[in-house]
Amino acid sequence: MTDATAATQAISGPPAIEAVGLGKRYRGDRWALRDCEFTVPAGRICGVVGANGAGKSTLLTLAARLIEPTEGELRVFGEASSTPETRARVACVTQEKPLYPSFTVAGTLRMGRELNPGWDEEAAQRVVDMGELRLDARVGSLSGGQRTRVALALALGKRADLLLLDEPMSDLDPLARHELMGVLMAEAAERGTTILVSSHILPELDGVMDHLLLVQAGRIRLSGDPEEILDSHQLLTGIAEGAELPAGTAVERRVRGRQVTALLRTGEPVDGPWESVRPSLEELLLAYLRTPLPPSATATAPDREAAA
Amino acid sequence: MIEYRIERRSGVSTYQQIVQQTKQALRLGVLQPGDKLPTAREVVEQTAINPNTVLKAYRELEREGLVEPRPGLGTFVRRSLARPEAAADGPLRAGLVEWVDEARTAGLDREDISALMTSVLEQRFRTGVTGSTGSAGDTGAAGSTGPADPAA
Repeated sequence: MTDATAATQAISGPPAIEAVGLGKRYRGDRWALRDCEFTVPAGRICGVVGANGAGKSTLLTLAARLIEPTEGELRVFGEASSTPETRARVACVTQEKPLYPSFTVAGTLRMGRELNPGWDEEAAQRVVDMGELRLDARVGSLSGGQRTRVALALALGKRADLLLLDEPMSDLDPLARHELMGVLMAEAAERGTTILVSSHILPELDGVMDHLLLVQAGRIRLSGDPEEILDSHQLLTGIAEGAELPAGTAVERRVRGRQVTALLRTGEPVDGPWESVRPSLEELLLAYLRTPLPPSATATAPDREAAA
Repeated sequence: MIEYRIERRSGVSTYQQIVQQTKQALRLGVLQPGDKLPTAREVVEQTAINPNTVLKAYRELEREGLVEPRPGLGTFVRRSLARPEAAADGPLRAGLVEWVDEARTAGLDREDISALMTSVLEQRFRTGVTGSTGSAGDTGAAGSTGPADPAA
């Protein structure tokens, strides 16, 4: 299959993920996620970004059907609940990377082969080989990064249409990160696989994601194409004294001595004694992350605005 | 075939980097008509960037008439950007070499010449906003190869 057909194939059919009024409450009345509304079209590489404890893992675990929502729905390829068909189409690598420690690497791959009808031995084997893992090594004796590699090999061997990866690169060295991200992108290029990947390392997802979900305190703060989101923001730098920012558009405003820096939600450069530029992805995300949501704010309004 | 180098912190978007590097390869003759561009899969496997970015860059190159997709085969170069006028044995280059020698005789060093060249290019290309972005790459190339040559 050529690149072009994989890309167009992904466009038809239901979105990979669609959240409607989604909420999850754990024991003790703590809402890990609340009022989440967003869509991730099929074929996207979606970065799930947020601070520790923001709800990223809860979101991915809900999508993997490992837990049930408390309210609302999370549709995966149009299905509101788990079916054998969707289970076969989804692969998940959680932070815990649950593998059998007494299995060897070869045994783990054999398990993948026997449990998954569409198993791709070559894809799984390649990921293992790239890490120069010994096939007869027990999983329990491997380092964290090596176990990550085995877990990713299992997920890729499954030939899923949706890959859910929770902080997959956190315990890998820079070379392994680059290699495995390359393997994931190649998979997406060839098969139009949708990938949801969470990370709190922002540069890791720059250039990789073409869809952004910014999760903040259990809400979806931003959702959409990162380029479009960046186009609809301006980063202003100017002299603080007498500075009047356009009303109602400031995401963040910081004063250092005489200088003021502000991130505004507007696509047009702002007139005035400013330098007004399009922010970088990191500047934009950091500004949002530094600014907590007001308690009354609903997460859905900026979401729609950004996604439009 | 070429290999793209993606610099994530350059401030230039990933897709623009692919477009620019392809054009540079077309100018230098690294890519010639009939050559195949690497597939999106090959590019992303090596650079770990989003495949849609590669496809977007290739579409842009196609829109400019530089490459064409052939279904099932890949993306191929349609035309070169190499300028015979700028070739090593061409009169334009000879004239420039002569001018640079003259400037050195007058006491200008490499940085002076480069600054003068940049300034004149800025001035002469300022008219016509659409043309100026395309020729920005050209000015850089001319500025660096011109003065470097007589020293060799």
